[in-house]
Amino acid sequence: MSERILDIKNLSVTFGGLHALRDLNFHVDEGEIVGVIGPNGAGKTTFFNMISGMVTPTSGDILFEGESLIGLDPNQVTQRGISRTFQNVRLFANMTIAENVMVAQHCRTKQGVWGSLFNTPAFRKEEREIREHAEKVLGFFGTRLIGYRLEQPASVLSYANRRRLEIARAMATSPRLLLLDEPVAGMNPKESAELTDLIGKLRSEWGFTIVMIEHDMNVVRDVSDRVVCLDHGETLAQGSFEEVSNDPEVIEAYLGRPLEKRDAS
Amino acid sequence: MSTEMTTMNAAEELLGEAPSGLNLDKAVRYGGLLALSMIFVSLVGMVVGLDSRQILYWINPDVYVNHPGGVGISLGDIALFMWPLLLGAAVGNEVVLEGMVGRKRGVGDLLNGFVVGAVGGLGVAFMTMLMGWDREVDPDNGVADYGLRDPLVNWNEELYILLTFNRGWAFALWAWPLVGGVLAAVGASLRLMPDGIRKAAVAAVVAIVSVSIFQFLVDDLFEGVGETIADPGRLSNFFNDDPGAGRERVDSVFDGLIEFIYAQRGGLRLQGVILVGVAAAGLSLVGSYVTRGRVTKARKDYFDTPLPERTKSTAALMVLVSLALLILPFFTGKIVNELLANVGIFLLLALGLNIVVGLAGILDLGYVAFFAVGGYTTAILTSAGRGDAWPDWIPLFVNDGEPVLGGWLVALVIVMILAALTGLLIGAPVIRMRGDYLAIVTLGFGEIIRLLFLSDWLSGYFGGAQGITNIEGADFGPLGTVTGVNPRSVFYLVIVFSAIAIYISWRLEHSRLGRAWMAIREDESVAEAMGINTVNMKLMAFVVGAVLASFSGAIFSAKVGSIFPTSFLILVSIIILVVVIVGGMGNIMGVIVGSLVLIGVLGGPKQPGLLQEFSEYKLLIYGALLIWMMLKRPEGLVPNVRRSRELHQDEFLQDAWLKGEVDTDDEDGEVATEVAPA
Ligand SMILES: Nc1ncnc2c1ncn2[C@@H]1O[C@H](COP(=O)(O)OP(=O)(O)O)[C@@H](O)[C@H]1O
Ligand SMILES: [Mg+2]
Repeated sequence: MSERILDIKNLSVTFGGLHALRDLNFHVDEGEIVGVIGPNGAGKTTFFNMISGMVTPTSGDILFEGESLIGLDPNQVTQRGISRTFQNVRLFANMTIAENVMVAQHCRTKQGVWGSLFNTPAFRKEEREIREHAEKVLGFFGTRLIGYRLEQPASVLSYANRRRLEIARAMATSPRLLLLDEPVAGMNPKESAELTDLIGKLRSEWGFTIVMIEHDMNVVRDVSDRVVCLDHGETLAQGSFEEVSNDPEVIEAYLGRPLEKRDAS
Repeated sequence: MSTEMTTMNAAEELLGEAPSGLNLDKAVRYGGLLALSMIFVSLVGMVVGLDSRQILYWINPDVYVNHPGGVGISLGDIALFMWPLLLGAAVGNEVVLEGMVGRKRGVGDLLNGFVVGAVGGLGVAFMTMLMGWDREVDPDNGVADYGLRDPLVNWNEELYILLTFNRGWAFALWAWPLVGGVLAAVGASLRLMPDGIRKAAVAAVVAIVSVSIFQFLVDDLFEGVGETIADPGRLSNFFNDDPGAGRERVDSVFDGLIEFIYAQRGGLRLQGVILVGVAAAGLSLVGSYVTRGRVTKARKDYFDTPLPERTKSTAALMVLVSLALLILPFFTGKIVNELLANVGIFLLLALGLNIVVGLAGILDLGYVAFFAVGGYTTAILTSAGRGDAWPDWIPLFVNDGEPVLGGWLVALVIVMILAALTGLLIGAPVIRMRGDYLAIVTLGFGEIIRLLFLSDWLSGYFGGAQGITNIEGADFGPLGTVTGVNPRSVFYLVIVFSAIAIYISWRLEHSRLGRAWMAIREDESVAEAMGINTVNMKLMAFVVGAVLASFSGAIFSAKVGSIFPTSFLILVSIIILVVVIVGGMGNIMGVIVGSLVLIGVLGGPKQPGLLQEFSEYKLLIYGALLIWMMLKRPEGLVPNVRRSRELHQDEFLQDAWLKGEVDTDDEDGEVATEVAPA
């Protein structure tokens, strides 16, 4: 169970002089849920961007299942089995809820022009499977995203439901590693408690390994096996939630307040 | 801003303070707009230019010999006097959101209209006054000249006579505000009428004007149908619609009716006006009584049906329309068939561009390049007049000045391959760019292709500016040969290919590829992060579009018989884009309607449309239409449900909010935050 799925080695990136991330060393074992915390601007999202191939690191290496991801396009990274959500929800607003999830299966399916034009049996079979998988993934969130909702454009969804759909879309790419960028941001306590549960199930029922950026310390404490704290691109601490939350440097970074008392921002 | 204002008015209304309906501030603003519009159409030359085309006669020109041209209304008059009517009606427009009560209309509204017209009229009067001052009559020959004639071409005596009703500017000074005011008040009075009456009145006016403007279409249709009824035998050799080829001219059974309605030199007679007006108003009244909202309901039902089920009714609708299209050319004459053939050629182009722009969101401004590749390739393969520089092994499907049976189809396969290759060649370097950059670069490539065809360097191959002539038609053996002299056959060919293109678009849109294209259109970076190889997918859309455009080029070549670099100007790209945008982006039905309206009615870049009189102002109207669409109906004439939802989301949500259908959040996690299902 402790296969290394992700290995980050001396990872750094600079944006015109700004060290957004410096010398990050970090690893994730298969089946783990790892929390990434740190104040705003710490470089957490940039870290995700580098893993998913949207930002090229200045130096260092990212190994996924032993192979380097450096130089791969985002779609190739997704093909390898890493998928992500976005902090500022970025759905395909004019596509229906079903389509949002169906399109995410693109790299796991293969029908092309020929199949579509002649409606071949293989095409129909694949379409049916795509649809079934989409409904299964959406069904993970209860009744909110299925039924009549399937054919509604994503733009009519409430904020919380948009976040859920983002996760569903990432799940639909059939990843082994799931990167969640502030999944409960903007949700009320009840909704975030519920989503925390679901994140646990993402591992136990769907078998995803998860790296999660989150500001809500209750969520981080409840689901993370390990936590890493970043600040100004530096790694302040790594370890269990207790270790990290009692680390003097971490407390300092969070303006001297104990982490648990801090509310989400 | 005006929306805000009207909403505020409506809100005041709800609070119970009832203003008389007079809203001077707004009326004066609309009046200014009216003045500008009328001055603009005058100075652009429409009023004078279109005056020679009579639309209706009060006094029959055929009996009233002393007044050549008769007494009546010309197209120029309509171009001028429709503005007070339109803006008079528009000033009463108010945004009534669901849940709000509409305001009760009263005399204040009429007054409002009158003010609009009077202010507008005053503007025109003021211009005639300026013209009067600027006018100098040569004492010797009595010819009037104008100082401002130089910068303003249309600042001339004809305009002066028309605008002053030939009574001098002093008369115009008081007459114009009055005329404008009355007309605008008439426009405003539309809002005071009960619904049924208003619909009937509008129907009558629209019918009269269109029957008159589209005279030759009506003529042609009645003649075609009438001849077919009189001599059903002609259907047997319908493929050849050349009257010279053994077909005897029969009198249409409708000849009497046509003569009754239309004057000999064009335009409606008074009796025609009455007949058409009464018929249209009657139909509207009876129609609304009989159907009583059933049509609206059917339409609503259709749009409320979930997409998968709706495909069935859409398919049924499509079959019906195609059947109608298939028999249509039996009943129309040569000119209308020519028009339809042109519409088809542009429809085919627009369908291809719709995949590129509408589905995949790639703004390709060099699209005409593929049209040109299709046209030139076909020309080279089917014209004995192709350049001498071609080596012998390049096939030539011409035998003794006759097209080879099936040669065009073989050429088409080669066209397809070459177009796809050109698409890859142009696409590969540019497709990585996004948005504006891509648009500019494709624009450049489009021009490069045209300049290559034009260049002296390659004139041994493409004939330079002389182009390629003597292109043979497409020989389909027993079915006949498709050439330009036989527009009906071109129409059928184009219909077949459009049907293929529609099928391709429809299948692709609802497939894995179509979804990927839509995702790229929505957000390219996210699409890529979700595992879509955006470069490959965009390239594929580009190539599919290129192939469809080249089909159109191949038909175009066979139809016109000779092609020149000037057939493939940038303007073609722009116009196809306008067709796609105006029709409704990403929507097949929209593209069809867009081509019919723009190409059929206004005309293509070089092809005349139904409104031949307007061809000079074609680009002006295109531009105005585009701006108006962007402001008022960004989703196009036939909206794609998705896009219109998005573009009007504010209103949509506000309506829902007023109906109490929106909670702010789904606390209980059960039902829904958003708009409940209809
Ligand atoms: N593409 C970029 N170009 C320049 N600066 C960037 C870019 N992306 C992120 N940054 C900067 O890097 C720092 C880290 O940002 P980010 O990773 O978004 O922080 P957070 O930890 O809040 O997610 C910020 O100062 C941000 O402004
Ligand atoms: Mg962030």
